[in-house]
Formats: sequence, C-alpha cells, structure tokens
Amino acid sequence: MKQLQGVNDFVIRFANVNGSGSASANNLFAKAVFRMGVPVSPKNIFPSNIQGLPTWYEVRVNEQGYVGRRGDIDMVVAVNGQTLRQDYDSLVPGGYFLFDSSKPLPEDFQRDDITVIGIPLTFLCNETFENPRMRPLLKNIIYVGALATLLDMELQVLIDSVNRQFQKKPKLAEPNIQALELGYAYAQEHHPDTCQLKVQRSDKVGDAIIMDGNSATALGALYAGATVVGWYPITPSTSVIEAFGRYAEKYRIEADTGRIKAAIVQAEDELAAIGIVIGASWNGARAFTATSGPGISLMNEFLGLAYFGEIPAVLIDVQRAGPSTGMPTRTQQSDVLECAYASHGDTKHPLLFPCDPRECFDMTADAFDLAEHLQTPVMVMSDLDLGMNDHFGPPLSWETGRSYDRGKVLSAEELDTLTTRWGRYKDTDGDGICYRTYPGTHPEKGVYFTRGTSRDEYSAYTESSAAYQANMERLELKWETTKRLLPLARIKTPFPKARLGAIFYGSTAPAAYEAIELLHQRGIDINTMRLRAFPFQQEVLDFINNHELVFVIEQNRDGQMRTLLINEEGLPSDKMVHIGCYDGMPVASRSLVRALEKAMGGLGINLQQLSTQGGTQ
Amino acid sequence: MTFQRPTFRHPDLPPNSAGYNLRDYEGGISTLCAGCGHDSICGAIIQACFELAIPPHQLVKMSGIGCSSKTPAYFLGKSHGFNSVHGRMPSIATGANMANRDLVYLGVSGDGDTASIGMGQFVHAVRRNLNMVYIVMNNGCYGLTKGQYSATADKGTKSKKGSVNALESIDLCELAIQLGAGFVGRSFSGDKKQLVPMIKAGLAHKGLSFIDVISPCVTFNNNPESTKSYHWVREHSEATNTFDFVPFRQTITTEYEDSVDQEVRLHDDSVIHLHKHENTPDVTDRRQAIDNLEDHKAEGVILTGVLYVNPESADTHDILNTSEKSFNSMGVEDLCPGGDVLAKINESYR
Ligand SMILES: Cc1ncc(C[n+]2csc(CCOP(=O)(O)OP(=O)(O)O)c2C)c(N)n1
Ligand code: SF4
Ligand SMILES: [Mg+2]
Repeated sequence: MKQLQGVNDFVIRFANVNGSGSASANNLFAKAVFRMGVPVSPKNIFPSNIQGLPTWYEVRVNEQGYVGRRGDIDMVVAVNGQTLRQDYDSLVPGGYFLFDSSKPLPEDFQRDDITVIGIPLTFLCNETFENPRMRPLLKNIIYVGALATLLDMELQVLIDSVNRQFQKKPKLAEPNIQALELGYAYAQEHHPDTCQLKVQRSDKVGDAIIMDGNSATALGALYAGATVVGWYPITPSTSVIEAFGRYAEKYRIEADTGRIKAAIVQAEDELAAIGIVIGASWNGARAFTATSGPGISLMNEFLGLAYFGEIPAVLIDVQRAGPSTGMPTRTQQSDVLECAYASHGDTKHPLLFPCDPRECFDMTADAFDLAEHLQTPVMVMSDLDLGMNDHFGPPLSWETGRSYDRGKVLSAEELDTLTTRWGRYKDTDGDGICYRTYPGTHPEKGVYFTRGTSRDEYSAYTESSAAYQANMERLELKWETTKRLLPLARIKTPFPKARLGAIFYGSTAPAAYEAIELLHQRGIDINTMRLRAFPFQQEVLDFINNHELVFVIEQNRDGQMRTLLINEEGLPSDKMVHIGCYDGMPVASRSLVRALEKAMGGLGINLQQLSTQGGTQ
Repeated sequence: MTFQRPTFRHPDLPPNSAGYNLRDYEGGISTLCAGCGHDSICGAIIQACFELAIPPHQLVKMSGIGCSSKTPAYFLGKSHGFNSVHGRMPSIATGANMANRDLVYLGVSGDGDTASIGMGQFVHAVRRNLNMVYIVMNNGCYGLTKGQYSATADKGTKSKKGSVNALESIDLCELAIQLGAGFVGRSFSGDKKQLVPMIKAGLAHKGLSFIDVISPCVTFNNNPESTKSYHWVREHSEATNTFDFVPFRQTITTEYEDSVDQEVRLHDDSVIHLHKHENTPDVTDRRQAIDNLEDHKAEGVILTGVLYVNPESADTHDILNTSEKSFNSMGVEDLCPGGDVLAKINESYR
C-alpha cells in the first residue's frame, strides 16, 4: 500500500456527534496549524439539529495558501459511531483512519488501502478523568494530542492555545493540557512513524487572521455606525446579530450612563424586521437587518416601498440551500435573482458579493454609505460557508479619518438658504438622486409625506400618468448612477490569448481560483472575473465580449447569475455556460475541475487544441 | 367625493402657548366620503395637538393602508408623515422611534389594518410598549376595498349588503390591556368631547397609548342594524368615566356632583382627572379593566372612556437601556471604535 505523503498539504476530517463539545477541540487543532504559520481552512458541516446528529469538521492544511475546499479526504478522525462506515469509506486510497479503539472495528471493515490508527479514547479518558461531565469534552482533546504526534506538530503550540483559551479560568486549562499530553504520549508509544502527513512550521501566515464572515459583517456594521437593528432569528444569519450585540456591548456603551448606543430589536418576523430598518433609516439612523432567503421572501413588499419611497436600508442575506427550508444548515448562492429583483412592480436593488471576511467587513460598511447615498435598499450577499465558517484571510482595516457618507440630507441651515422650492423627489443634480430631510429638522421647511403611492416631485399624491412615468425614469437614471459607485469586478487576464473565461463570485472564489490554476497546469488557460456587485459595469460586459465562451460558476441549480447577466446585458445564452455546484457543500476545487472538464467535453471543446493554438480575441 | 372638513373654527381663537394657531395643525383637504367617521377623528387629533401645543415639526405621523390610513394627509400638514404598507405601521413606528426618541409618534390605522393583516405587528408593538399613540379608526369593515367585514365586526352584526357576520369579533382594547399597553381607551368619532382629552392624555403618556375609536363607515356599514353605525353606537354605549386631562403645569379642577374622583398622574406630571360613578372599577387595575369590558359586552353595551392606565410602564428605550441621545444625531465619533480597536480585534482572531 502506498501511504499518502505530504507536508503542509492535506485534508483531515473530524466526524463527531453534534452537541458533544467537539467544536472546541477541532478548533484547537485548526488554530494550532494556523499558529505554526501554515494557512488553514476549516469547514463545519453540521445538521439542522441541536444534539445527537452527525457533524463533520473538515480542515484543509495548505502551505500554498489555497484555502477553498479541496474535496477528497486524506485523514479521518472517526469518533461518531453512527457514521463510522461512511467515514471509513470516504477516505482516499493511502489515507489514514483514526478511530476510538476502546471498541474494536466491526469485522467487515477490511480495506487494505488505508492505514488504520486505533487510539482507545474512551478508555484513556475514563481511566484518567473523574468528572463524568468533563469526559466527553476531554475525550476530544485526547485525539488532538494524538494528532500532534501523528502529524509531527509542536505540542507546545497546542498547550499555549489551551492556556490562551482558558486565560480567565486557569483551573480548566489543567485537565485539557493533561488530555493533550495523554493522547500525545499514547500515539508516541503505539503509533510512531505511522503517518506520512506532516504539519511543519512555516511562515505563510503573515498578518492574516482566521475569522468567520458573520463576525466581520457585524463589525462592518458596527464601524459604519449602525444603531438600529431589526431582526428575526434564522440560520445562518443569526450569528451576525449575535456578534453585533457582543461588540456593541463592548464598544457602544456610554461610559457615564452605562446605556448602549444601539437598539437591537428582535422582531416578530422578517416583515417587521425590515419595517424597523426602513422606519429607522427614514428617520436618519443607520439601520440594518440580517436574514436568509426565506426572510428576504417575507420582506418583499416592504422592499418595494423602500425602493419607490427611496429609503435607505441595509440587508445582509446569508444565503442557505433552498427553496423553502431546503437544507437550512447547508450553503448555497441561490437568492441572487430573488434579491436582485425583490418585490412587486419594477424594482431592482444593488447587491454586493463579498468573498472573504475582509470583504464582508468592507462591503457591509460600504453598504451603509451606498444605501444612504443612493437612498435605496442595498443587500450584502453572503452565504453560510462564508458567514459561519472560519476563513483564513487578510486582517480587517479601517482607514483613519474615514467619515460616513450620509447622502443628500438637508439640514435646517441648508433649508433656510435654499433659493428654489425644494421637492423631495426633485432631481436637481441630474444624477437621479434627490434631497431628503429628517423629521424634526426645521419648524417650517422641509416637511414631506412619504408614501408608496405615486406622487409628484413635491411628494404630493398624484395619479398623473406622466408624473408616474417621469419618476420611474428618474429611478432608472439613479440606477445608472449606482453603477459608478459600486466596487468593480476583479478581472484577471494572465492569458491574453485565452478564448475561455470564468465568472464567479462570493464564497466560490477560493476554490474557483484553485481550479483554474489546476486546469492551467493541464494546459487549459482560462481568464477570470470575480463579480463584486450588481448592477454590472461596462468592464463586466467587456470581459465577456473578449472571450469566446464564458463559464459562470455558481452555487445554484438554475444559473441565477448567468440569467441576470444574460438578461441585463443582452448576451447570447449559448456563450454563457452554467457550472452549478449546489449540493449544499462549500465548493471543492477538485470537483470543480471535473465539472469544468466535463462541460468542455460536452461542448466538444478540444482541450489539446485549446492549449496549443491559443486563439484570437 | 371630496368635501371640506367641517371643523368649526372660532375666527379669533388665540394661538396656543407655543405660538401656533389651530390652522398650523391642519392638513390637506380630505378625500374621504362625506360624513365618514374618520374625518371627525382627524378633527380631534388636530384639536388635541393644538391644545397640547406640540410644535408640529416635532411630531411624526404614520399609518398603514386603508381609508383610515389615508388620514395623516388630512391633519398636521407641517409634520413629516409616512404612509407605509398594509398592516405594517407598527414596525415603521418602532424603527422611527428607535432612531430618534425625542419626537412624538402618532400612528393611525384601521381595523382591517390592525386586527387582520397587521395583527402580528400590533400585538408586538404593544408588548414592546413603544412610546407612541396608536389610534385605530374602527368601522368594522374594510372601507377602501368596499365593505368586507373586518375582524372587529361584532358577531351577528348586519352590513348594508344584508349579510350577517358569523365570526367572533376581536376586541382590540382588551387585547392591548392584556399585552401590557400602558394606556388604553375607547371612544367614538361622534364624541369629540371625550375623544380630544383622550388623545391628549394618550400623547402625554409614556409608552404605548392605544385608542380604539369607533368610526362609522357611512358608505358600507352605517345601516341601523350594524353595531358600528352612528345610530347603534349612540344607543348602546356607556362611558365608564368622564374625565379631564390636565397637562402638566396646569391646574384645573372641575367638580362633578355625584361623582368620585380618581387622579392618575402621568410620568410628565400631567394628570388624568377621572369622574366616575361609585363602584366603577379602578382604571389602574388590569384585571378590573378587562372585567369591566366583558361585563358591558355581556349586556350589549359598548364601554367607552379611559379603560386602563399604567403610568409607570417602561417603554422600549427603557427596556433596551438605549442612550438618551437620539441615534440619528450621532456621528462617526460617537459610533466608530476606530482603527486601534480594530487592530486589537484582529489580534483576537489569530
Ligand atoms: C398587502 C395588501 N393586501 C391588500 C391590500 C388591499 N387593501 C387596501 S385597504 C384594505 C382594507 C383596509 O381596511 P381598514 O384597515 O379597516 O381601513 P378602512 O378603509 O376601513 O378605514 C385592503 C384589504 C393592500 N393594500 N395591501
Ligand atoms: S368608504 Fe367608508 S371608511 Fe372609506 S371614506 Fe367612505 S365612509 Fe369612510
Ligand atoms: Mg376599517
């Protein structure tokens, strides 16, 4: 048997039962890799359940910095009896199977192409630790200790991590360290030189952080000055609000009064959540909500009002697999069309597509500026993978002296100095954006009535067709202005002669970049464009026009972004090839390569020809 | 049909203590049907705000959708207004109130808007005890969509079209009391003498003031057999109390013979001065207030007046312990923790 070998390049999967406290042990392992200077990306694969169902934690270790999911499993830590068989079968040939040998493996586990490593976790744990409540947790720590031996990791890094974690409760650190050492020693004695996968100290981490997208999103809102939050719990968006609450408790408390500079209102449903956001924004506070697809569905009516009434609103959509409840704890990018055109009547909304926590932070903060500048709802399109998993990436940064763009809001003084009659929906600057006022600004001037019905430039009710149409056209002009303010797509054209292009966005990016690189190594050159916003700018159209064929890689069945591109840009549909990864799992580069190759085969693209001849543009 | 609001205006009525005239509280010309109860309620709102001398720009008026919800266009033309979507005024009011706690919030809704499509938002705004006045213009039907029964239509009532309502009705006042509203009253659009001080007291109360005003729909639900008709309400209602509202800093005492006084002092030291018959319930007792409503209902009598007051109730801002400074006046220096803090936060993710 040929054992898998590799230094700082493998995938390990922990198979646990949810609610058993495995998260902190698994996290300890991933953090230790990170702290040894090696890029790492953990993915939590969890059920829609609180206790007792299978859960997996998949950690990719990659010196080169590929932190998307790779696919295929090199090593399994199998501590969930329910999935033992599945986990055993999931290993690639040459892989390693670590299991709790307190109970022997069933007779029919007879693979001869993997290395089986037994550690009597339960036995060691019960023998050493008295407290039955602590045992399940410590059992997990024991396998982390064993891994340190097997993977040749620095035990001290793990010990330091434990001490750091229990800084405030040093009493708890003790048994954890003991458990680490227990596993470490057992593996040294019984499994020396068994595993050929290694973690070696490196210097590839730099100033990177490892953070979940939802925390970054929450911080973006905190830094952008959000004060009013309307929300209703829904996985995977809930932790955005929880993180916002935690940070607000820390950084938004008035020193003198102990009062908090934020109102987090848990609403009765998403209709109310978005209503709260709209009411607050209308009244001059920065407000946001975080939700997922089903919540956006409920918010549809109000989004039409906000679009037509021109009221800022920031929505965070942490997408999950639909439709309906779908797979609520699995990831997808399937709300693109729902969000782009949310609501009745002619409506469309700016969308932002972050691909890592840094962008979650930046784009959420920018969303507040955009929403207020454009006086319209803006949606940040995150997803479960991006939002709830920890991602290796650049640190967050806030430009010193950055101010808030509150948009066109008239103060009392400005109202007093106006020389022409002010109209709430009168476009005096020619960019489609009009001036608004907050209630209470001026005793005599600047008052208007907000309504969802048609009105004239002065906000007076009218059913005049001409006035209605003129207003709708002005909103279209505002849409053009929007394009100039949104972040540009990230276009990479290292192959000037390439005939193929690939488009992707959001959490698909890391795996997509890796897949493109793998294909390049096989002689297939594909240029890339990572979309960052809707509506699309000219650059997006140019990229597509410059390639003969474009793959649109996205995490949904129907090719929603592809539809949006074709619809908005009038593109021929046969040129735009849909590559859908929508099984609910974070996109894996290896399966993406297979999907792209299959698509090329299906299209009759001669790979040899492509790589040797290049092409004209 | 368009008509001029029939407000009687004394030609030389002096301005109020804030220097505003009554006309400063008026709005656009009503487009409701002539005789619609909603118009009289607008008149009462105008009168109450004038008498309380609220600077018009310090008040925000909000509504949902319906004939009733159109009315904010017909009063307080110098106030910002927000006509939102059907049944969702309470969430807009919640957000607006969170953004700026210094303004006065007046929400207007209909019985369809509140008791059906907006029931969820209504009950939760009450539970949050949002600091606002919430007026329902209750005509027992959907005026704007041409007269269908609403959920407040009494069981057995008969509409103009002749069909009998077979469903149980929802008593919004009873619900509001149960859910913790700090101020609950019921009145009749035809009884300005009662309605004006009730709105004033509601405005002075801190927390959610819920006022259900029976307001006949002359076009679809004003036939004599309808329990929401002018005729029926005049014949079948009884005031649980008469009262004066004494704004803070004023002292008036009106003596009613054969009456026992109860004083309820609100948080801003205004006083509701109740004159009630012997043995009528204590308006600050929730259980008694509900029993009182039920007892009268059993007799087929509509009970009006101030039904319940809890002057001590904590509003949403109190509950959330939010800053006393309005959020919409805060800037980057108040709200942004800055780059150094972010560097520290980054460190906690390494
Ligand atoms: C979502 C939605 N559904 C239905 C309607 C149609 N609609 C408009 S007003 C109304 C009923 C209003 O009844 P009520 O609140 O009692 O007001 P009234 O007209 O009786 O004063 C309905 C159903 C709407 N505007 N929006
Ligand atoms: S239809 Fe009824 S509620 Fe509507 S305006 Fe006419 S009378 Fe009033
Ligand atoms: Mg009605």
